[in-house]
Amino acid sequence: MIDRLEELQAEALEKVSRAEDLKDLKEVRVSYLGKKGPITEVLKGMGKLSGEERPKVGQKANEVRDAITSAIEEKEARLEQEELDRKLKEESIDVTLPARPVRRGNRHPLTSVTETLEDIFIGMGFTVAEGPEVETDYYNFESLNLPKDHPARDMQDTFFITPDLLLRTQTSPVQTRTMEKHEGKGPVKIICPGKVYRRDEDDATHSHQFMQIEGLMVDKNIRMSDLKGVLETFVKNYFGEDREIRLRPSFFPFTEPSAELDISCAICGGEGCRTCKQTGWIEVLGTGMVHPNVLKMGGFDPEVYSGFAFGMGVERLAMLRYGIDDIRHFYTNDVRFLSQFK
Amino acid sequence: MLISYNWLREYLNIDDYTPAQIAEKLTRSGVEVDILHELNKGIKGVVVGHVLECEQHPDADKLKVCQVDVGEVEPVQIVCGAKNVGKGQFVPVAKVGARLPGDFKIKKAKLRGQVSQGMICSLQELGYEGKLVSKSYAEGIFVFPHEVTPGEDALEELNLNDTVLELDLTPNRSDCLSMIGTAYEVGAILNREPKLPAPRVHTSGEKASDLVSVQVDSSEDTPYYGATIIRNLEIKESPLWLQNRLMAAGIRPISNVVDITNYVLLEYGQPLHAFDYDRLGSQEILVRRAKSGEKMVTLDDQERVLSEDHLVITNGEVPVALAGVMGGADSEVHEGTTAVLLEAAVFNGSVIRRAVKDTGLRSDASTRFEKGVDASRVKEAARRAASLMAELAGGTIAEGVEEADNRDTGKLEVELSLERLNRKLGTSLSDETVSDILHRLDFPLTKTSRGFNVAVPMRRPDLSIEVDLIEEVARLYGYDNIPTTLPDSVTTPGGLTKRQVLKRRSRRYLESAGLNEAITYALTTGEKEASVRPAHLEHEVKLALPMSEDRSTLRTTLIPHLLEALSHNRKRSIYDAALFELSAVFHTSVADLQFQPEEKLNLAGALMGTWQEHPWQQEKKQVDFYVAKGLVEGLAKELDTEGALEFEQAEIKGMHPGRGARVMVDGRYAGFVAQVHPAVAKDWSLKEVYVFELDFDVLTENTKGDVRYEPIPRFPSIDRDIALVVDEKVSAGQLEAVIREEGGHLLRDVKLFDLYEGENLEEGRKSIAFSLRYLDPERTLTDEDVTRVHNRVVEALEEKLGAALRS
Ligand SMILES: [Zn+2]
Repeated sequence: MIDRLEELQAEALEKVSRAEDLKDLKEVRVSYLGKKGPITEVLKGMGKLSGEERPKVGQKANEVRDAITSAIEEKEARLEQEELDRKLKEESIDVTLPARPVRRGNRHPLTSVTETLEDIFIGMGFTVAEGPEVETDYYNFESLNLPKDHPARDMQDTFFITPDLLLRTQTSPVQTRTMEKHEGKGPVKIICPGKVYRRDEDDATHSHQFMQIEGLMVDKNIRMSDLKGVLETFVKNYFGEDREIRLRPSFFPFTEPSAELDISCAICGGEGCRTCKQTGWIEVLGTGMVHPNVLKMGGFDPEVYSGFAFGMGVERLAMLRYGIDDIRHFYTNDVRFLSQFK
Repeated sequence: MLISYNWLREYLNIDDYTPAQIAEKLTRSGVEVDILHELNKGIKGVVVGHVLECEQHPDADKLKVCQVDVGEVEPVQIVCGAKNVGKGQFVPVAKVGARLPGDFKIKKAKLRGQVSQGMICSLQELGYEGKLVSKSYAEGIFVFPHEVTPGEDALEELNLNDTVLELDLTPNRSDCLSMIGTAYEVGAILNREPKLPAPRVHTSGEKASDLVSVQVDSSEDTPYYGATIIRNLEIKESPLWLQNRLMAAGIRPISNVVDITNYVLLEYGQPLHAFDYDRLGSQEILVRRAKSGEKMVTLDDQERVLSEDHLVITNGEVPVALAGVMGGADSEVHEGTTAVLLEAAVFNGSVIRRAVKDTGLRSDASTRFEKGVDASRVKEAARRAASLMAELAGGTIAEGVEEADNRDTGKLEVELSLERLNRKLGTSLSDETVSDILHRLDFPLTKTSRGFNVAVPMRRPDLSIEVDLIEEVARLYGYDNIPTTLPDSVTTPGGLTKRQVLKRRSRRYLESAGLNEAITYALTTGEKEASVRPAHLEHEVKLALPMSEDRSTLRTTLIPHLLEALSHNRKRSIYDAALFELSAVFHTSVADLQFQPEEKLNLAGALMGTWQEHPWQQEKKQVDFYVAKGLVEGLAKELDTEGALEFEQAEIKGMHPGRGARVMVDGRYAGFVAQVHPAVAKDWSLKEVYVFELDFDVLTENTKGDVRYEPIPRFPSIDRDIALVVDEKVSAGQLEAVIREEGGHLLRDVKLFDLYEGENLEEGRKSIAFSLRYLDPERTLTDEDVTRVHNRVVEALEEKLGAALRS
């Protein structure tokens, strides 16, 4: 019987190796290992054997069964792999064909610059304050030390709606509004981004509508040296570590001392070029120590509190950053322009 | 203000500084020099010539042939076309090889057969603007008013070897609107004392008081009025040095007397006016407010109708000048004038400002009055002018000045505390350093225990409180020398408010959905808005004085300018565009605005053309209503809008009547989404455009706060589909509402997956199919549980909406 089993094994293994597909293999499995298969037949005849032979034959039968099973499984795996390979080969595509584009819009460059600035100052402990675009004469001018008839009002040509209502010419009115909310208690640390309006004819460098970012810090013992420190931190953060700053005395009714802040020109490295009008410096913002009258009108005691303020034009920062040469691009919304920014 | 370097040298020794160095120093200490004008830029080889002969050109009527001595061995022949050229004149000559501004090179030439070896120049050819050239030379060549050695550098004679500094003055620094004021400033920077003119007046036997009387109605309007009488004048051309200085400062020379008043205006910053004494019509000056409707003809020959807001100089009867702004035509100095009344006055700045505003006449004089003149120097300025009139016009000066003098001579003393100064600046300046700076400024001071008492001179009206002085010290000490520190105040947490975070999130969402952010103008016109303005808004916010009709009202909706932006793109062959904007709109319910209008933050989008495309796979999806609706839904999801978001079919102004929906959040109107009415779109040269506009604050009013984690269901859900045939008027929204209502808490989700109208269906019916998902978070649902609920849903649909299950 053992011989018979070995014979069956050889026969089956032969068939397995000749099987060409999974169907052939299945046939082999059914015909040799099935309930009616020859091995089962052999085992059924074991009753005739002696007690000594029985375990030997049983063991052999199991061995044969295992050998056939593993041969089938091995072949099966190989055939499956081959079939998959064939199928995948048929499925191959031209990967150089154009992709299906994923739609994606872009951030307006003015938003981009504004948010970057907000984040820099948020990092320094500032919050973001906002205010109305239609302002009263009081907040836009008077509370900023610009009484009616003050010659400095000429600096800003204003769109009036009524004698008392106007389109804000600067984001500075948010300063007074915020100070009032603090009811005379510091610290106040805010930046105020927003749209402002001036009576200018639109051209490459002027726009009747533009965006400003105003900053204000009021607390006990704020010094002009602190103004330099905070703004230097901002400049290095926004424009780069290697930029230098300088302050030039200037005039704003709501600050004193007042200054314009220049940064060293990145294009020429200070040698002088067209961008910096040969000076090596680029003007980026106006700043100064908050005028005592402004503190008073905001409800702060100028004997106890002091502070500094600064303001900058977002368009100008964007133009410097991206090399844009015409301010009107920001408001035309040409898709070819908008889609260049992130 | 234009400052001639050569003129400035008269008051201050600056020979060791170049004009560029002076400019840099001024700029760095607060008086910005905008431009340096080198007057001789591009000019070379221009000398003085003496016209020895001047003959008619034989073959050209309009040309003359001149023999000109240019300081060489032989005279040169020059053909000249100027009408005013003549024998004996001394003129500027550009020799062969010379260069003139505009890269113009002089070459030897032949004009109608005559050799020409150079060019006799006009002032325009030497770089002066036509409007600055005296009328006597404006149409021809320049002729020196005196004898000059031929061959000498003509530029030197014409003071063209000079540099003019153009100051861009901030409004507080009106003190630099004069040569003397600028000399003080430069002197303070360089620590040098300016030397000022000390006019000497030799008077005749006549007494001014016999010739004129002066009276002012209001000393508030006119703190000072002084009249000096100068007679026996000869009106003629000013000497060249004076003309040169006026031109360098941007003023056209006219005649000696007028030029002198302008010269002193520039030198002292004190405007003066010369009346023709004999044409005043009286011997009396009365300064008063004009009567309402009173008329006068100013010297530009315009009739001015005045009001009580205006200050006038009268001869006792009628106005002879609009004070501080412009003289009258009747008393103007002219060629035959022999006597003048010289006015030197201080007028109230705001009165002058009003007159300038009403008449539109802004002049060098009015600008200075508006900003305030130095009352302490007004009399000296008058003496300076009178002495120049004696010197240059042969005048005799009557003794005394008739005046009305109510100047406030109360000296202003300001206390400057050293401790406060250092605390403000973050410095530790010693009192020596500070007093040294104040001395450089020529501010008299006395030392006190805390610092100084500073007597502020009247030439600096911008200084009145301590911090003004702190700034003066700081700018001369140098901002660069102030240390750099960081505030040692308490640290504060920075951050954005919830609303600011949501604004950023909306932008991020719409960007990632494929829309570009647009920013458009807030100013628009009622006309442009008319077709789409929300119907309930009757009024708009109008500018009082718009610059143009196009920008005359504040927008009430973002849609028109977004359509304009789409239109801009379409005209440039960009047919696919999707834009959004997050900006304020302005609403008012009244015509007469008393208070600020309501400022709403709106979020709007506008889309046209293809939404998605992949050509070689034949995929193309045009923008449609459902794309726009999807953006709104997605946005609400992004913003965690709590409560139900509903779209109600509605007719919206300016929109397609059948393709518009009101967007409701918890029953509150939050905006709309719609196709723009084709007729409206056509106004912007657009076709199929879809828009949405939402009130940001309504949309985000009930935004969820922090995220609360919801357990992931542990039990399986069961899906059941439902296919219905309903009347075509029944909306998907109605069906879904009934399904949700009946589905109760087990119904987790409803999805519409099929919609069919047409063949195989009864006329007026449509087929619509939903997939319903049931789930119980507490246990495994059985088929029976679901069937019970599902049958209820079906029954309700049949009953309430006449739906039939599709077989
Ligand atoms: Zn540069």
